[in-house]
Amino acid sequence: MQLVEATGLVKTFSRLRAVDGVSLSVSRGEVVGFLGPNGAGKSTTMKMLTGFLEPDAGTASIAGHDVFADPIAARRRLGYLPEGAPAYGDMTVADFLAFIGRMRGLSGTLLNDRLAEMVERVNLTGVWNRQIDALSKGFKRRVGIAQALIHDPEVLILDEPTDGLDPNQKHDMRELIASIAPGKAIVISTHILEEVEAICSRVVIIAEGRVVADATPAALLDAAIVDGIRPTLETVFRAITGSKAA
Amino acid sequence: MRTSFRTIALVFGREFRAYFATPLAAVFLLVFLALSAGLAFFAGGFFERGQADLGPFFAWHPWLFLILMPAIGMRLWAEERRSGVIELLMTLPVRVHEVVIGKFLAAWAFTAVALVLTMGFWLVTLYLGSPDNGIVAASYLGSFLMAGAFLAIAACISAMTKNQVIAFILSAIVSFLLVMSGTDLVLAALRGWAPAGVVDLVQSLSFITNFDRLTRGVLEAPAVILFLSTIVLALWINVQVVDAKKAA
Repeated sequence: MQLVEATGLVKTFSRLRAVDGVSLSVSRGEVVGFLGPNGAGKSTTMKMLTGFLEPDAGTASIAGHDVFADPIAARRRLGYLPEGAPAYGDMTVADFLAFIGRMRGLSGTLLNDRLAEMVERVNLTGVWNRQIDALSKGFKRRVGIAQALIHDPEVLILDEPTDGLDPNQKHDMRELIASIAPGKAIVISTHILEEVEAICSRVVIIAEGRVVADATPAALLDAAIVDGIRPTLETVFRAITGSKAA
Repeated sequence: MRTSFRTIALVFGREFRAYFATPLAAVFLLVFLALSAGLAFFAGGFFERGQADLGPFFAWHPWLFLILMPAIGMRLWAEERRSGVIELLMTLPVRVHEVVIGKFLAAWAFTAVALVLTMGFWLVTLYLGSPDNGIVAASYLGSFLMAGAFLAIAACISAMTKNQVIAFILSAIVSFLLVMSGTDLVLAALRGWAPAGVVDLVQSLSFITNFDRLTRGVLEAPAVILFLSTIVLALWINVQVVDAKKAA
């Protein structure tokens, strides 16, 4: 069974077709890098995968549960970091993560154990009792990751998890994602191509709402070899998406 | 409809605490106490009447609430949209109506705190004379129910926008119409041309008319039913709005 399975997702906003027949399947242990120019439909696709947005056509399921027919079961198995890592700014990190944990059905020792693990893994020790509004962008992003991981979900959907982080924080985030990857299916959207080569086992590129490439980073680069020279991922990305946008 | 009371309680707890996380709670409670006391004393002739009752105090509640309840309710959903938290909330394993009910109850409980703080008036009248405690109790209940109806409307309208100011203004306008529909001004304007049935209907929906009934000490079922059904209807629309308009 694929942990993430989407077929023929379509979403139109007023007259703009943001997502035009996107299919995607991700199995356990895979980290899929979801790439595309701004406005290509990455976030919209992710919102449909999580069940937040209802597609005009197509289906999506998480761990075998249709996100619309059986939303509660699907969402239990899903951790989601929305774009911009939104959180309740008036709460402390500790209160916020406890609230999300409880909303996800955790309580008692289990909740405390998970909170302790988040402090450790996501490195939140220094800010644990600080108000979220007062945190730097990097810490806010980490809080967003922690809330997505609090219930140890099988599926993680992360919309630009390293956006706004400094190089050290980016490095930490990649290490974190690599360390949790083996038992999970992870979809990450990003603009940072080096990130994809570092942590992703597969690359899916979308442009104008359609999937234009779906391969391992190595295969994608090999396919683009010209005169024996292996291009960079950036060159490939620009070649694939640039012509469409023009 | 399956419902998790645990989720409702969790949302309630978060939202109720959120009122006290900023100075908003203190400001609101002060404004409410100052206005309700000031209006009762200066505009209502609380002392001059020479009667130990709280009529002048309660008479102003519909007018106070039509401004203050939108102020309490405006952030409930608009803020979630503005900050993007709605996306987080609606991808948790929860049902929309659980969140809607939890948020509404938190705002309503906050209003209950404000009303309890005004009970000093009651003590004063008890000291000065012998008010009809049944009437006072019925008036407090009526005031609480009416506040709930205003709040449910404010919460519902808050779900339609990400701008708290717009939510506030629209809620205040709707509340104003509901209050005004019982005044002679509106009824006289209608009597000229509308059939008697329509005039009666408009009057029967009026918050002021129904609230007045309750403050006279008669716990009338129609008034209670009007406020409760307004709450249920507004919250039902609230659920539909959140469901239909998750993005944007």
